[in-house]
Amino acid sequence: MRVNRPKDGDPISVALNAQERHVTFDASRGAEAPPELVQLLTPEGERVEHPAYDIDLTPEEVRGLYRDLVLVRRVDMEAVALQRQGELGIWASLLGQEAAQIGSGRALTDADMAFPTYREHGVAWCRGVDPVNLLGLFRGVNHGGWDPAEHNFHLYTIVIGSQTLHAVGYAMGIQRDGADAATIVYFGDGATSQGDVNESFIWASVFNAPVVFFCQNNQWAISEPLEKQSRIPLYRRASGFGFPGIRVDGNDVFACLAVTRQALKNAREGQGPTLIEAFTYRMGAHTTSDDPTRYRVAGELEAWKLKDPIERVKAYMFKNQLADQDFFDSIEAEAADLGRDVRKRCLEMPDPHPLEIFEHVYSEPHALLTEEREQYAAYLASFEGGER
Amino acid sequence: MLREFKLPDVGEGLTEAEIIKWHVSAGDKVVINQTIVEIETAKAVVELPCPFEGVVGALMAAEGETVDVGKPIIAVETGEEGPPPSGGAPAAVSGTGAPAGRQTAPADDMVPAPPAEGGEAKPVRTPVLVGYGVKPGATTRRPRKSPAPSAPGAPATAGAYAGTGAERTVAPAEPAAVREPAGPAAASRQGVAVLAKPPVRKLARDLGVDLTSITGTGPNGSITRDDVHAAAEGATAPAVTPAIGYAGYGEYAGSEREERIPVKGVRKATAAAMVASAFTAPHVTEWLQVDVTATMDAVRRLRELPDFAEVKVSPLLLVAKALITAVRRYPLINSTWTGEEIVVKRYVNLGIAAATQRGLIVPNVKEAQALPLPELARALGELTEKARSGRCTPADLTGGTITITNVGVFGVDAGTPILNPGEAAILAFGQVRDLPWVVDGQIVPRKVTTLALSFDHRIVDGEVGSYVLRDVGAMLQDPLRMLAWS
Repeated sequence: MRVNRPKDGDPISVALNAQERHVTFDASRGAEAPPELVQLLTPEGERVEHPAYDIDLTPEEVRGLYRDLVLVRRVDMEAVALQRQGELGIWASLLGQEAAQIGSGRALTDADMAFPTYREHGVAWCRGVDPVNLLGLFRGVNHGGWDPAEHNFHLYTIVIGSQTLHAVGYAMGIQRDGADAATIVYFGDGATSQGDVNESFIWASVFNAPVVFFCQNNQWAISEPLEKQSRIPLYRRASGFGFPGIRVDGNDVFACLAVTRQALKNAREGQGPTLIEAFTYRMGAHTTSDDPTRYRVAGELEAWKLKDPIERVKAYMFKNQLADQDFFDSIEAEAADLGRDVRKRCLEMPDPHPLEIFEHVYSEPHALLTEEREQYAAYLASFEGGER
Repeated sequence: MLREFKLPDVGEGLTEAEIIKWHVSAGDKVVINQTIVEIETAKAVVELPCPFEGVVGALMAAEGETVDVGKPIIAVETGEEGPPPSGGAPAAVSGTGAPAGRQTAPADDMVPAPPAEGGEAKPVRTPVLVGYGVKPGATTRRPRKSPAPSAPGAPATAGAYAGTGAERTVAPAEPAAVREPAGPAAASRQGVAVLAKPPVRKLARDLGVDLTSITGTGPNGSITRDDVHAAAEGATAPAVTPAIGYAGYGEYAGSEREERIPVKGVRKATAAAMVASAFTAPHVTEWLQVDVTATMDAVRRLRELPDFAEVKVSPLLLVAKALITAVRRYPLINSTWTGEEIVVKRYVNLGIAAATQRGLIVPNVKEAQALPLPELARALGELTEKARSGRCTPADLTGGTITITNVGVFGVDAGTPILNPGEAAILAFGQVRDLPWVVDGQIVPRKVTTLALSFDHRIVDGEVGSYVLRDVGAMLQDPLRMLAWS
């Protein structure tokens, strides 16, 4: 193992240099040090030390992380294909961000609460949400078919950044209950420009709320590059609000796990919020309705392919003999089965009955709603061939 | 079983795509999610993965062809046992590329089929996402049941849903709830706007009542539930309470093309006062055009004086001062007719008519005759400010003895003011504008205004009224006269 010192030719160093081109003030003013990046596993699969963060994983745990990464990528791939086949209305791919999601998701305890965007398929996986439930939302047959309280995983939030306020409110509730838990909220680089996110930073800071702000900086807010969002590295924004911010290699599942685990621990112990900027890259389109080739250059994608979050874990396991070929084959087979299973169950999902729209409106019987439901039932019954 | 892959909407709301390149051809083996074709939509070039595993039966769209969303582009023989197609033998797989027959796979995807060309309607899954792949005309309405014969106790909706769970069981409503309007209601006048809330509209439809034939009694003339019931029962249309000051638009009365404004508050009070005044006090109005150039100069000069540093000086101030001065010379103009006697006031509570958001109000400056000019300016300023902000007290609004109405602010020359009830005179002050004026035999541009004085002829004859108007005019033409006469 060696201490990570970015140098010329090192892909991470290339990444940092690229980042510095984004953040022009670093070079021109020289007032701030270059952005620091917590990394525990290089893109080549080499373990490196970091003075503040470390992690000690058993081979079993490493294999588990690898399995998570592969399986969520497979689910995501199947979902993209299903959209391309007309089975989903839209899909937001997590391709390239698996390590950020699995690393942070596996740092959570059962008691912790997570607030996702609409792209946190990997976190959902860690929280035990059936992937088919995620697909149901995008197929239009449910509005998020899981119980947030059961999984401690809130429903997907489509509005950009609003979930940060929900999360801070929830964290303040935890604080008042005196519970041994923390909240984590996910958002992207684009969301940092939203008022909601900045307001939530203020509240979390002032009330010392037990919340971890987990920003997956995938470099692109749909078609807007990061330099249109910020003149400073995003993690440094936290200092203006009065809490620590840290940038972690978002394609390094070990580092994401270590940093998030520490931030959650700090939150639970009353040390307040942390902003984690997981520096990663959206390898796919923003959603299936988007064409990224229209606004970003192919070279950028090729550079990030070298930093794939799964390949580096695989290389690390090979090098350290943590798994053999049989293990990798079995994971591939499991992924294929999962893909088939998700596809099959997605296609089998029944259309909701029209009258289901009246459920989940009020928790208790409601006279007006009952009346409206009866009227609507009568309307449906007025068609020949009965209701469908 | 031969299954067709229909071109999906890969963006949100796309209707067509161009086939760019096929990656497979007839006879090729394909697996699920294998890239089979590149298409270009309005948004992007997209690779489509194959949804089936099997052997390509036929490519159903050529490269370069633009295909509507929902049209089959490839047929794959999956080798599965499929449900037999309704009518006719299973179509043979053709190796030459021509699709065999119109057999389609069960509607197990979200892609809506384009409208069939004359074929029998096939129940397909309708699109469920807003704006998703729906072509105009792509959806068809299912036929409505004819009005069901009433079958008491036989639930009309006891169908599929009732069996899915106890709490979901729905007590069916009477199918009559959706019956069509009957009789003349169907021939309602087109294009006539009717104010009625949706439940009332539904009630009218259920009862066969034409809303355009009803005069509403609700807010803003809207039609209420009671109106509809009354109309349905053949009762005479409810009488509309005549609104003072708004009645009598003749042939248009009762038509919904009018807006009906309830008469209340300031409007009601104003109407009552104006009617009381106009039909009790015989009005006489006299007019006078005045060169007020000197007054305008005086206003400018006053503004420069330290005494007026903190108050607003306007031409109205000097008009007020002139009227107060005229009252001093002809006290009869500042009086009240009680029937038995004339009460001449030795004080002037000077009313100023003010247009406010709530309507016309006439607050007055108490004891205006006793106020030095700066104080009068201050009082006028405070009064108009209170009026505009709606803070006038009842005391401000009562006890007036004579009034000025400053219609000039609206850009008119003058009008025939109607007396504030209980007062003997009201002075209208028109706009000040540049007009050609004869001065010393020369036509020169001067600042000219129009004054109109209405007075109660029971009290004031033309002689006194004319003197008052003449003196006010003289004082505005030469403000020094105010000094002389006060």
